[in-house]
Amino acid sequence: MRLQKATHYGLYAVLELARDPDRQLSATDIADIYGISSNHLAKVLRDLGRAGLVDSVRGAGGGYRFSGNSKRTTLMDVINIFEDIGSDSSSAADPGDQTDIGGALLMVLGEIDDIARATFGSITLDTLLKTMRWREEKAAALQS
Amino acid sequence: MNTQDRILQISLRPAVVSDLEKIIEMDAKVTGLAKKEYWEDRLNRFSERDGRHLIIAESSTPGDVLGFIVGEVRAWEFGSHPCGWIFAIGVSLDHRVQGIGEKLFDAMCDAFKADGANSVRTMIARHDQLNMSFFRSQGMMGGPFIELEKPLD
Repeated sequence: MRLQKATHYGLYAVLELARDPDRQLSATDIADIYGISSNHLAKVLRDLGRAGLVDSVRGAGGGYRFSGNSKRTTLMDVINIFEDIGSDSSSAADPGDQTDIGGALLMVLGEIDDIARATFGSITLDTLLKTMRWREEKAAALQS
Repeated sequence: MNTQDRILQISLRPAVVSDLEKIIEMDAKVTGLAKKEYWEDRLNRFSERDGRHLIIAESSTPGDVLGFIVGEVRAWEFGSHPCGWIFAIGVSLDHRVQGIGEKLFDAMCDAFKADGANSVRTMIARHDQLNMSFFRSQGMMGGPFIELEKPLD
């Protein structure tokens, strides 16, 4: 499964900011961390701002700060800002979809989309950040 | 077990017959289905047996059941190494978001570890976002098995 570039950038930005809600980061700061275009990211941050997930702080030392509820916001909530997962594959759109084979393939793709939606919808930002910390702690423990 | 928690004033212990009515009532409120025979069978087969656990969370008032969890260690089915299975968890609607589910989950994991299991597994309806979010917040992720089924008609 591939997410669109803007979705990926949105997830990077919102998770980076939610990691420390007191910290302010500029679009350039975040773009540098992930090696992505700061211009594209600036547009993504505006979308996240309109969705109420980040606040922009103006002036010197300004930037963006996480303003959502990390325990209530799921990965699906962020993804939905930028794209509609599975809307194309779960309903007949191409002429071939009307055939028996096309319909059967559509059913399989629908199953995959359904699992993807359930997975993204059940992982909150807080859970992902916590899982990340657990993995890091486990890796550190294995190294020592 | 009998783990006392002074902050939340709850204790965890294996379920006994007198808890059954509360468990059935709580499960019915959460799932919309009263499964009296199922829970009677669970208690008969699970309470204080090796590898099988039915644990309840109780308030400081004895018999005031705030939550429950049921599970057992199963081995070698579908080629799986010994693994703890959680079949059901429930917390009173009035006592949610107070860490009771987490304490029940941790107690069950400790029991599974003591039984020799090194992983814990559950199965959740794809659209049951509440329970899926809870289990994921406890560190659970998609495992190496996929559930398959077909209607028998």
